Amino acid sequence: MIDLNLILENLPSFFGGAYGEPVLSTSDGLVMTFQLLGLSLLLGLALSVPLALMRVSRNKWLAWPVWLYTYVFRGTPMLVQLFIFYYGLSQFDAVRDSWAWEYLQEAYVCAILAFTLNTAAYTTEIIAGQIRNTHYGEIEAAKAVGMSRWLMMRRIVIPSALRRALPAYSNEVIMMLHGTSIAGLVTLADLTGVARRLYADSYQPFEPFLMAGALYLTFTFLFVWLFKRLEGRYLAYLAPRKH
Amino acid sequence: MRKHGLFLAGVLALAVGGVAHAETLRFATDASYPPFSKQGPDGKMVGFDPEIAHALCAAMKVKCEVIPQDFDGIIPALNAKKFDAIIASMNITEERKKAVDFTERYYNMPSRLVARAGTKVDDAWFRGKKIGVLRSSIQEKYARDHWVKLGARLVAYGKAPESFLDLKAGRVDASFVDAAVGETDFLKTPNGKGFAFAGPVYNDAKYFGDGAGIAVRKGDKARLDKLNAALKQIRADGSYDRIQQKYFSFDIK
Repeated sequence: MIDLNLILENLPSFFGGAYGEPVLSTSDGLVMTFQLLGLSLLLGLALSVPLALMRVSRNKWLAWPVWLYTYVFRGTPMLVQLFIFYYGLSQFDAVRDSWAWEYLQEAYVCAILAFTLNTAAYTTEIIAGQIRNTHYGEIEAAKAVGMSRWLMMRRIVIPSALRRALPAYSNEVIMMLHGTSIAGLVTLADLTGVARRLYADSYQPFEPFLMAGALYLTFTFLFVWLFKRLEGRYLAYLAPRKH
Repeated sequence: MRKHGLFLAGVLALAVGGVAHAETLRFATDASYPPFSKQGPDGKMVGFDPEIAHALCAAMKVKCEVIPQDFDGIIPALNAKKFDAIIASMNITEERKKAVDFTERYYNMPSRLVARAGTKVDDAWFRGKKIGVLRSSIQEKYARDHWVKLGARLVAYGKAPESFLDLKAGRVDASFVDAAVGETDFLKTPNGKGFAFAGPVYNDAKYFGDGAGIAVRKGDKARLDKLNAALKQIRADGSYDRIQQKYFSFDIK
């Protein structure tokens, strides 16, 4: 039977309040998950626009390194990337003696780094794909009014590609929400980390993980709804005619 | 012929009975729980637990037999009289006291901080320090109740080796672990170079329990009293210390 009391008693733990402390007194649980998700998505998106432009460039020296980067980061599990950044780098004295160690010794920074590079790789490919898909009519129109290559990119190609990338990007956001659950493996107490702690304390696996799962599910639906609204607004011009 | 045989057997039995006046005490120990017990190359049990058993027998002037037994079935086997006592690093708990009688504790494994060699630990030291603990361990509970208010930050790990790895990398300032684990799995390995136990021995019974005792069958009072007396004796005559020093660098009495 599911022990509802166990869930109710430990509900504050998922919102940053454990061991009798008030809710949100620490960043454990939901706050940690959203910090990791928000920061890595933001940084990842910011990285991926210039990277996508390099990826579609005709210059081999620009395109090839980005191809290699997305190939490597999309071709390996995010968990392996996280372990490499957290446990791998710390093995080298050169890293431990450098200025970077002040940041890399924090599990939080390692997680942000791994998650950002991972999501940037996927987002780069999503955006690059949509840049390639740009309708030739839009390009011809831009050229006809005498836009330079960069002006065309800035005013026509990128905005249009970003709009069309929305559906695929919403998948990436939800994948990342679920992906952050591995942060618990490097000592961070995100939603899954809190569930693991409760499991270890109570020896009851079902209730804590069920609770974490319910929270993930709630936010997945919230994101789906949010992106549907965004698509309704920014992709309205692609929708079939209603009248 | 047949009668003769019986007669001979009778004489033999009498003779053997006379010689075996010194009774045999049979101890069971965990088959594999180093450094407390493990099977030696010759099949005999070696380790801290068997050595204490032999010392006890010597003090009681009885013959000793130490046999391996899997821990999970060890109490039922005791009650089925397969042996007379259990010396298997068994912690004294209320639950077990319902099934067996325990002697006084024969050791109490403390918990200790492992840190860079030369670290001086006092209350002020904990301010701003990161302490590695195992998730939901008794060490975590102790540290949360005592050191968080002194300004320490706890970092929870799933396994001890992960916490030692981060201690070596400098991500945490100390690991708070069962002293046997700290010594066997880290300090005595090449990774533990430059590290040492720091600060005092922690064995507050409220957190860390009552230690390990020798178990006998419920109501076996004669044997319990003899074992307790022998325990007292080996602690007094120095044989306990000799065995302890062979296995541990710290006091587990």
